[in-house]
Amino acid sequence: MSAPTLPRDSRAEFVRAFKRNLTAHGFLIGAVLCFSFFSWYPMVREFLLAFQKTEGGATRWVGWDNFRYVFADPNVWQAWRNTLLFTGLALLLGFLVPFVVSLVLNEFRHAQGYLRLLVYLPVMMPPVASILLFKYFYDPGYGLFNRALEFLHLPAQDWLQSTDTAMLSVVIASTWMNMGGATLIYLAALQGVPGELYEAAELDGAGLLRKIWHVTIPQTKLILSLMLLMQLIATMQVFVEPFLLTGGAGPEGSTTTVVVLIYQYAFSFNQYGGAAALGLCLLVLLAGFSALYVRLSRDNEN
Amino acid sequence: MRTNVRRNVAAALASALAVTALAACGTSSSGDDKPQASGSSTDAATPLDPKAKVTISIDCMPPAAKAAELKEWKEDVAEFNKTYPNVTIEGRSTPGQCLEPPRFTAMLKAKSQPDVFYAYFTDLQQVLDNDGAQDVSAYVTPASVPALGDIDKSVMDVLRRDGKLYGVPTSNYTMGLLVNRKLFQQAGLNPDNPPRTWEEVRAAAKKIAALGNGVAGFGEYSVENTGGWHYTATMYGLGGDIVGPDGKAAFNNATGRQIVDNLRAMRWEDDSMGKTQLLKWGDLQKQMASDKLGMFLAAPDDITYMVQQLGAKYENFGMGPIPGGAATLAGGNGYMFKKGSSPDQIKAAVAWLNFKTLTIGKGQFQYDRSKADGLPVGLPQPAFFTGAGKAKDDELKAASATMPVANFKPFLDNPVPGKPEPVKAQEVYKVLDKVMSGVLTNKDADPAQLLGEAEKSVNQVLGNQ
Repeated sequence: MSAPTLPRDSRAEFVRAFKRNLTAHGFLIGAVLCFSFFSWYPMVREFLLAFQKTEGGATRWVGWDNFRYVFADPNVWQAWRNTLLFTGLALLLGFLVPFVVSLVLNEFRHAQGYLRLLVYLPVMMPPVASILLFKYFYDPGYGLFNRALEFLHLPAQDWLQSTDTAMLSVVIASTWMNMGGATLIYLAALQGVPGELYEAAELDGAGLLRKIWHVTIPQTKLILSLMLLMQLIATMQVFVEPFLLTGGAGPEGSTTTVVVLIYQYAFSFNQYGGAAALGLCLLVLLAGFSALYVRLSRDNEN
Repeated sequence: MRTNVRRNVAAALASALAVTALAACGTSSSGDDKPQASGSSTDAATPLDPKAKVTISIDCMPPAAKAAELKEWKEDVAEFNKTYPNVTIEGRSTPGQCLEPPRFTAMLKAKSQPDVFYAYFTDLQQVLDNDGAQDVSAYVTPASVPALGDIDKSVMDVLRRDGKLYGVPTSNYTMGLLVNRKLFQQAGLNPDNPPRTWEEVRAAAKKIAALGNGVAGFGEYSVENTGGWHYTATMYGLGGDIVGPDGKAAFNNATGRQIVDNLRAMRWEDDSMGKTQLLKWGDLQKQMASDKLGMFLAAPDDITYMVQQLGAKYENFGMGPIPGGAATLAGGNGYMFKKGSSPDQIKAAVAWLNFKTLTIGKGQFQYDRSKADGLPVGLPQPAFFTGAGKAKDDELKAASATMPVANFKPFLDNPVPGKPEPVKAQEVYKVLDKVMSGVLTNKDADPAQLLGEAEKSVNQVLGNQ
């Protein structure tokens, strides 16, 4: 490809470059239009909605009124408390359990492939199917869990039907459904830890726990913190599990999360402004976490 | 040459994509095409000129899965077109539930409703907030709807706001106590005389639950706003109110307390309400259709749902008035007319709805045809005719009944005045859900505290903007 020499005019250069990539631009248009209509435009619209109110057919700007509406709503604080409780429990369970499982899996010399598949299987199930399954398991009358407790001579639980255990029950179901992905990622990270480090630790007389504490965790720290943030961002937006398991409310509203409330604002109460305002609040919070995530992953690259 | 081809391809691709995107964005609305043909009149009081050429789109046409209803719809369109050959009715159907509240709300927001759209009575506020419906007061007259004088005034009033009429009813209901006759008989109770007070409900529930085998005597909802809805119905039955005339919560009193105490007694002292709680619409119907539940508060068409969707039999169910009997929650659905429709479109829509849903002996009230088509006849719903119209409708209905209508005698012979839902109904119901789920899931729930917190929250909801 010997191109003839051209005048070094930057404008002509640009036009040429543009023409050269015309096909590429053509193909790009589809994606750009899709994103504009179904992603960027709705985002801008949401931002506008948060400061508007439609009443009696007229839409007007109302400043911070929607935010005042949201913060005056008695359900909002409960929803934030519920969401934080879910996030806390989901991090505890959803972070620890896959990590421990991957530690155990990593020790297996045989059948690791099959076990990996087993752990990952629930992820492949449609979430709605898993949730309906858990709904039956949790039933205090004929559910599997209470039957199992009965068999073990343990007291029956109310699971979803008690304010004390409703959110925990939601988290257990959610962890079971989602832990497969995290487990595989941890496993990959563990397998990247050089074996010599363990040998050296063993020579120094370290036991299992000390090996985990001094070798495994420092070696996988970045992956662990990235996953933690990713889970934090995901769990703050939990919707499907409480919505389907407990009708979006639970006993005395104990499983109404922020995103469930946003949905109810918009589609039960016709309060689009309130929904958008609460959505923006959540966005600001999550943007903070996301910024941290981006920063951490940049550190990871360096 | 080559770059030219490329450029053309790219340009074509780009414009094709743009066109598809625009097409996808545009919402079709025949409401914008103004009829051009002669015969159109802008005088609202004159009924539709048969020569006027009009097209109206309308939703909730029966879907293909409801073959008999669809067949009747088509027959009715054909017969209607004999009188109005120039009216084209574009029916739209949705499989499953024709009006799903979240979709309806989104539709209003997008202004994508058809010219004539189906709505629940309680939707009027959000329809008006979104400027979705046309005032049709001048179009709905005894000239266009001959049976108007026989239609219950309170039902028409639900569709009015500030003296303006925004729709016509197609069906309405009042809530009563639905009973499973088989379980009543097994428990030694008389299904022809369902309980009339909450003490009687409690006693009957206890006897039914004593049948064992996972059978519950009485069932209640407590999530997805259906718990609050039923708390409201119970309150009305006992003569109480949810929102008082002063616009404040009016349920934290002896009557409101009585409801909670009674539920707590049934759930925890008698254990007659089953262990599974946090139920919503659809759950109790499943229990009752499979003979696991003796009673719950319901509208008559819950029976249709149990028979058509859950395989139950009509003769297994009966209905009595709501316990207490002071008033009962009334609701229903109808059609509204999209804002911006032309006068001829509204006239055509009124003419069609009059024929299909408001004429005794025609359309939905042509009972002999429904019977021949294997559709249920005999439910006490819709129930918006009064006086001579009601007598005629009842007579036609009885002549073609496909179910033992005597089972609804206690309900029909003891009419309870209907009362509409409270303001901000869904938001209030969500708060009251917590009272219901509280008492039904927590043995030690403090009724005074539940009601006190709910009162505070409801007042916040009512005072909020």
